[in-house]
Amino acid sequence: MATTTQNNDIRRVLSVIVTNEDGVLSRISGLFAGRGYNIDSLTVAPVPKTDFSRLTIVTCGNEKVLEQIVKQLHKLIPTYKVIESGEFVEKEMALVKIPLDEDFNGLDAMLKAYNGTIANSGADFIVVMVADNAKRIDNFLQAINKYNPVDIVRSGSVAMDV
Amino acid sequence: MDLNGSQMVIEALRREDVKTVFGYPGGAIMNVYDEIYKQNDFEHILTRHEQAAIHAADGYARASGDVGVAFVTSGPGFTNAVTGLANAYIDSIPMVVISGQVPITMIGTDAFQEIDAVGISRPCVKHNYLVKDVKDLPRILKEAFYIARSGRPGPVHVDIPKDVTAQSAKFVYTESITMKTYKPTYKGNKRQIKKVVDAIADADKPILYIGGGAVNSNASELVREFAKVTGIPAVETLMARGVLGDDNPLLLGMVGMHGCYSANMGMSEADLMIAFGPRFDDRVTGKLSEFAKHAKVIHVDIDPSSIGKIVDIDYPIVGDLKNVLTDMLPLVKEKIDSKKYQSWRDLLKRYDEIHPLGYSDDKGNIKPQWVIARVGELLGDKAIISTDVGQHQMWTAQFYPFSRPRQFVTSGGLGTMGFGFPAAIGVKKAKPEKISINISGDGSILMNIQELMTAYESKIPVINIILNNGYLGMVRQWQTFFYDKRYASTDLSGAQPDFVKLAESFGGLGFRVETKEEFDEALEKAVKSNVVCMIDVNVDRLEDVLPMVPAGGTLYNMILEHKG
Ligand SMILES: Cc1ncc(C[n+]2csc(CCOP(=O)(O)OP(=O)(O)O)c2C)c(N)n1
Ligand SMILES: [Mg+2]
Repeated sequence: MATTTQNNDIRRVLSVIVTNEDGVLSRISGLFAGRGYNIDSLTVAPVPKTDFSRLTIVTCGNEKVLEQIVKQLHKLIPTYKVIESGEFVEKEMALVKIPLDEDFNGLDAMLKAYNGTIANSGADFIVVMVADNAKRIDNFLQAINKYNPVDIVRSGSVAMDV
Repeated sequence: MDLNGSQMVIEALRREDVKTVFGYPGGAIMNVYDEIYKQNDFEHILTRHEQAAIHAADGYARASGDVGVAFVTSGPGFTNAVTGLANAYIDSIPMVVISGQVPITMIGTDAFQEIDAVGISRPCVKHNYLVKDVKDLPRILKEAFYIARSGRPGPVHVDIPKDVTAQSAKFVYTESITMKTYKPTYKGNKRQIKKVVDAIADADKPILYIGGGAVNSNASELVREFAKVTGIPAVETLMARGVLGDDNPLLLGMVGMHGCYSANMGMSEADLMIAFGPRFDDRVTGKLSEFAKHAKVIHVDIDPSSIGKIVDIDYPIVGDLKNVLTDMLPLVKEKIDSKKYQSWRDLLKRYDEIHPLGYSDDKGNIKPQWVIARVGELLGDKAIISTDVGQHQMWTAQFYPFSRPRQFVTSGGLGTMGFGFPAAIGVKKAKPEKISINISGDGSILMNIQELMTAYESKIPVINIILNNGYLGMVRQWQTFFYDKRYASTDLSGAQPDFVKLAESFGGLGFRVETKEEFDEALEKAVKSNVVCMIDVNVDRLEDVLPMVPAGGTLYNMILEHKG
C-alpha cells in the first residue's frame, strides 16, 4: 500500500514478523534511528500461538530508501518475514477526550461516519473512540476539533495482509 | 551432561575447535577465567588492553579465515572493546566476543562496572546476546559461531552475567544448526547467472571490480580463473589486495582514492562493471553521479542489502561468490572470447604507461615507498603484512607485491589507527610459519604500544616497521592540499619516544634506521631474532600518497603530482 506525499516520499506500511525475544524492538528502532529512516508509527504485539511478534511500521522515503529499509530489516537476525506489498487492511484507533460542557450537536452523526462510539463518560468528560484507516483518522481528528478536545491518543496503524 | 555457565563456554570453544583466544580478565568474567586456567584445549593470550584483544582476534580471523575469539570483562573492559567490534563489523570479519556482565539480579541498578553492553554493541556487530538463563547458553554459543562465520561474516557479541557463569544446566551442543529466521543465500540464481554471462559477452570494455567478499568467500582461485578465461582487466579494492596476485597480467592495481591511474580510468571508461563482492565504498566510487557512468553493473554479493545500496545495479546476484563462479565458469568458457577485449586491454595498458604507479627514489632520504617495496623484495610471500592507518597503509597497499589473499591485514572500513600491532600478533598466532610484519606510522604505533608487553611475554615475534615521518602524515597531506599547509596538530617531530629504548625496555629489540643499508641489516636481524622488534625508519617527511582522488571527486580526475 503506497501513496505519494508532496516531497516525493512514499508512505509505506510494513508488516514485520520477528522472533518474540528481548531487545528485538530496540534492534528495529535502532536500525531506523541509526540509518536515518523515518518511523511515522510503530505497533508491536505477539502473534497468537507462535513465538513471533508482529510489528506494523508506517514509514516513508523514496523508492531506494524503502528498498534499503526492507533489506536492512531482513538482515536483522530475528527477522522472519517482511511483508511490504500486496493488499493490506489497515486500521488505526484514536481516543478523544471532550469536556462535557461542549455542545454535542452533530457528534453522533460524526461518530457514525467514522465507525466511532462513546467509550467512556465521566463527571467532566466523555471519551470517544474511532477505528479507521490512518488517512480517515486524520480527517476525523480535524473534524472533532470543533468540540475542543482536551486530549487525543492515536494507536498507530495495524495492518493485515489479505 | 550438566555444566556450569563457565564450563559451557570452554566446552563450546573446544567443540568449535578454537586454538587461541585473546583477552583480559576482571570481576564479572572471573568464573570463566577460572575455567580457562583449568583447561589445555586452547591457549589464552593476555593482551595489555581490551581493544588489542579484539584486534588480535580480528587479525587471527583475517589471516586464517577462522572465527577469532576474545574475552573481556564488564564495564570498562567491554567499552574498551567497542572499537574492535566496530572495526571487525565494517570489514565483515568473523569473531565471537564474550563479555562478562554484572549478575542478572543487579542489572539495571547502575551497579559497579555495569554498562548496557548489548545496547552499545548493537550497531557494531552482526548480532548480540545478553544471556538471561544458563539453559540458553549452549544454544546461544552455537548460534554465535554459526552467525559469525556464515553468510556475510561478522562479529557476534555474547554478554554473560556473572551469576549465569556459575549456574548449571544441561549442556546440549548440536553438530549442525538451522535457524528459522536466519538463512543466508549461498546459491546464485541460475537464470540470472546466464543473463550475466550474456551481458559480459556483449560488452566491449568490461572491468572486473574485486572486493573483500572475494577473500571472505575464499574464491580467489575461481576469480583468477575467471580473469584468465575471459581476459577481462581487473582492479582490486584495499580489502581485496592479493586476490589476483601481484604478477597477474590482468591486474591493473588498486582502485579508488589512492588507486592507480589505469585502474581508476578503467573503472570510469568501462561499459560493463563486474563487481565481485565489493561494497562500493565512497573511498572507491568518488563522486557517485560520475561513477561507472557508462557502465552497466553486475554485482555479486552474499548480502542482499549491499546490492543497490549505493549504486543502481543492472544485474544483481545474491549468493556466495564461490558458488556463483562455480556455476558461471562453464558458461563463461563456452561463450566468451577473450580476444574481444584486446583493444580495451591495450588502452588500459597505455594508461598505465602514461602514469605508472611509482615514486622518485632518492639517494639521501629513504622514501617510505622504498621501504615497503624492499620488504616485498626481501620477504615476499614469506611475510604477512598488517598495517596501521595513514599514508604508510596506502603505500603498503600500493607497493607491496601481495601474491595471495589474506596476506594483507588492514583496517579498511573503519580506518582504525592502533589496529596494526595487535592484529599482527593475531596473525602470528594464526600463521606461526609466516613472518608477521606490522607496517606502522609514528602516530599509529603509539595507539597500542602496550602490546610490546604481550608480544614479549607470549613470545610472539612481530616486527613493527615504523615509517617515521614525524607527522600524522595522512592528515598532514590533506592539510597540504586543502588547508594551505596549516599543519594543525599534525607535526609529531617535536616530541617522539626513543623507539629503540622503548622496544628494549619491554624486552624486545629496537633498530634505528637512517640508510638503506641499515634497513636491510635491521630487517635481517629482526627476522632472525625471534623476539618482538621495532624498526624505526627515518623517512622523507613530506612524501605524499599519489595518485589521489580528493574526497567526493571523480575517479578520472586524479591528483598525480606532489604539491611542493
Ligand atoms: C583512531 C584514529 N584516530 C584518528 C584517525 C585519523 N587519522 C587517519 S590517518 C592519521 C595519521 C596517522 O599518522 P601515522 O600513524 O604517523 O601515519 P602516516 O600517515 O604518517 O603514515 C590520522 C590521525 C584515525 N584514522 N584513527
Ligand atoms: Mg607518521
